[in-house]
Amino acid sequence: MIIKSIKSSIKTLRSALPIMGGVLLIVSYINIFVDKYYEMIFTNNDSIDLLIGSIAGSISFGMPITSYVIGGELQNKGVGLLAVTAFIISWTTVGIAMLPLEAKYLGKKFAIARNAVNFIFSMIIAVLVVFTISIF
Amino acid sequence: MDGGVRFFLLVLFLYLLVFLGSQDIAGQVFFNFIELVKKIIPLLFLVLTFMVVADMLFTKKRTLKYLGEKSGIKSWLYAMIAGILISGPPYILYPMLGDLQKKGMRNSLIAVLLFNRNVKIGFMPVLIFYFGSEYTIILSIYIIIFSVFNGLLIAMVADEKK
Repeated sequence: MIIKSIKSSIKTLRSALPIMGGVLLIVSYINIFVDKYYEMIFTNNDSIDLLIGSIAGSISFGMPITSYVIGGELQNKGVGLLAVTAFIISWTTVGIAMLPLEAKYLGKKFAIARNAVNFIFSMIIAVLVVFTISIF
Repeated sequence: MDGGVRFFLLVLFLYLLVFLGSQDIAGQVFFNFIELVKKIIPLLFLVLTFMVVADMLFTKKRTLKYLGEKSGIKSWLYAMIAGILISGPPYILYPMLGDLQKKGMRNSLIAVLLFNRNVKIGFMPVLIFYFGSEYTIILSIYIIIFSVFNGLLIAMVADEKK
């Protein structure tokens, strides 16, 4: 049974390698261009920055801890909590660069629906978090 | 030719265009790529181990029982806890979740699991350091609540029965 499981797992993983390689190369481009311009893309308008925060998080990639550090630094530089929260949430829940891989394994419809729903949710949750904090 | 290979060749072609445009940027991209690959190789062995264990534990019958069409409310709780506890980048998780999906795991539960990846207990000290404990708790609670809405919406939009 274990041999069968190993064979089947290697087969699954091997089929992921070309897409994984492509996705990592895309992420390598994105990291160079996006990292340098995070600060410049925010406008100090809460509504627009909320959208920008979600978009920036969606196209970024990395461990969640990286988004906390970038988000914290952005806030220190004057970016609003609303935008920073949307950025942190969409960082992990939306993955534009990962879309081809997600679609291959979990289905195109699932991948598109999940990312679209999560993109909207990142903004809604950001509003709710900031609103809740303002109450306390 | 396999779709994955075609995708890789397309991205490689784009890289060649970047290389022709600016060798400096192409160099940075290549450096980033190698750094990412170095991080991922050890993870792939770990993932392979997880996949083998998951393949053995989650037979089609068990997957259907605990994570399938007729699994009850407990399955949502399992998905939430798994999402919070599981670590690793998504490109590592997708093949494993794809296997579970083929065996009958519901799309809604996959969505719940993936959404709860945002609640990372191990990284919380950093979140608290930057934003405070009140913010961290409120954000985590909303993420967990919205993971349920997420699952329900995905169940409606992306057909559960494949």
